[in-house]
Amino acid sequence: MSLLEVQGLSRSFGGLKAVDGVGFAAQAEKITAVIGPNGAGKSTLFNLISGSIAPDSGQVAFDGAEITGRQPHEIARLGVSRTFQGIKLAKGMTALENVMIGRHTRSRAGFLSAMLALPWSRSEERSIREEAMRAIELLGIAQYASRPAGSLPFGIQRSVELARALASEPRLLLLDEPASGLNVRETRVLSELILRIRGMGISVLVVEHDMSLVMGISDEVVVLNFGRKIAQGRPKEIQADPEVISIYLGEDDA
Amino acid sequence: MRLQRLLPAAILAACAFALPPLFAAMGVAFLLTQLTMSAYYALASLGLCALMGYAGQISLGQAGFFAIGGYASAFLCTRDLGAAAAPSGLVRLLDSSGLLVRWTDPYGKALLTLAPALSGLCAVLLAVLVAALLGTPVLRLKGHYLAMATLGFGIVIEKVARGTKALGGADGISAVPGLAILPGLSVTGGRAARSANFTIAWIVLALGILVLTNLVRSRPGRALRALRDGEEAAAAMGVDTARYKLKVFVIAAAFAAIAGVLLTHYNGSIGPGEAASTRSVRYVAIVAVGGMDNLVGTLVSGLVLNFLSLRGVFGSFDDAVFGAILILVMLMSPEGKAARAFRSLLPKRKVAGR
Repeated sequence: MSLLEVQGLSRSFGGLKAVDGVGFAAQAEKITAVIGPNGAGKSTLFNLISGSIAPDSGQVAFDGAEITGRQPHEIARLGVSRTFQGIKLAKGMTALENVMIGRHTRSRAGFLSAMLALPWSRSEERSIREEAMRAIELLGIAQYASRPAGSLPFGIQRSVELARALASEPRLLLLDEPASGLNVRETRVLSELILRIRGMGISVLVVEHDMSLVMGISDEVVVLNFGRKIAQGRPKEIQADPEVISIYLGEDDA
Repeated sequence: MRLQRLLPAAILAACAFALPPLFAAMGVAFLLTQLTMSAYYALASLGLCALMGYAGQISLGQAGFFAIGGYASAFLCTRDLGAAAAPSGLVRLLDSSGLLVRWTDPYGKALLTLAPALSGLCAVLLAVLVAALLGTPVLRLKGHYLAMATLGFGIVIEKVARGTKALGGADGISAVPGLAILPGLSVTGGRAARSANFTIAWIVLALGILVLTNLVRSRPGRALRALRDGEEAAAAMGVDTARYKLKVFVIAAAFAAIAGVLLTHYNGSIGPGEAASTRSVRYVAIVAVGGMDNLVGTLVSGLVLNFLSLRGVFGSFDDAVFGAILILVMLMSPEGKAARAFRSLLPKRKVAGR
């Protein structure tokens, strides 16, 4: 069944239709990729789904419930977690603390219980730490846990961001250009990781420019160009689609 | 971990009891007065530290909330309710509930007023309400827009206090009675109460740093630091950023108001100078000297700088000193652009061990 359904989604900036009537569905426990050349509207589509910006028209439904125009924190609470194209970590906090933020929706201590250090909130705090550490170990970055996030190498910061998203135990993971800035080896490691994440029962929607990543792991590929969907299908079908080849793959080879 | 969390509060609590006999033995018991006042000012700074240092929301209106607390409590517990020939039903109800007190002010006038403990409580609640009403719109602003909006708030409070006859105009409110916390234990001035009041103030300060330390090391505290470093990412992780900012703004206001109430009853008076924007700048300078997101640093700088100021070390240049401190700290801060430009002029130092 489809976990995420997008219908007729549109958003303009000034006169430019960044996303123009896009519709597709992402199936549960599958990897769905959205590809397209620069400026195709991938990131706008992504931000419309995660609630960072509101659409002019169209609907987004998650697990059967409409989430169009809801606040990002509300969408996060439903089990949708994301990473950012330009890494957005709290630079002054340690890698572990950043990942602990990922447990926010899975914990409930409020201001009063925290200020009074009530026993239940302190034991909750311990479990937040343990779960965050588990996500950090999954990404293989345990040795960086106590370092300030801003001081870490780029690739490690990417992993911290991914660990943060995973720590929330999402049902749907949104990855915004996860391979940008990674070298070939790092991209291969990332591919394997995304497949493992799917294996954990988490659905993945990935917006990506890097073809090698997308074609190797995706179950379904959606192609955008100038804000419109021009193709959708399995990676093999997409790679054989003449229109896709001419406007996207061809251009990439040039 | 646990020890580290409790240590500052434990040291303050130990000092609260150990310093009065020690100072008496050394013949410097008079210093306790300024140390008591410093503790209350430090308490207001701690609240601002949570707001500004940890949540990254600057406020140049902290003195406004301090003054709301002090003025509201002073007004409510000096306002005579018994003058009316036929007291209203509400007054009679309060009186029969034991919430009113009969006393004679220093000018020999017999009064029937709200009990100071109750007026203090009302004053803090008023500050919380004002903070919630003000914070809801202004916390949508960021950076210097927020700074200017809160500066405007502080100016409004100061000028209203100065211009309102019922609040004593430029003289403020005096003859404020002591605030009884426990039977036989009051927040009040005078030599006889000096040691006990030092203990009260430092215990209150110990509790203040304890609850804020608990806060910043918890789930909501982590969420505050996360939204300081990037609201979009915090929201994407499920943090209701608007709500969290409002809550910490209200907590900061409550700390200032509690400090304002207690210091007003200790001093027996409050004037419009407590609401002045130079006061708010002072709180900001103290947090900045303390290291912004550093509660212990703010505690130490709040105690030391206020003590020096109250001892008159800075003479008539009091506010100028705090202004200058602020400039210096901003220049030194790693975030400041000016600081980077300034440091680029200095000879480069090699970092050892890298």
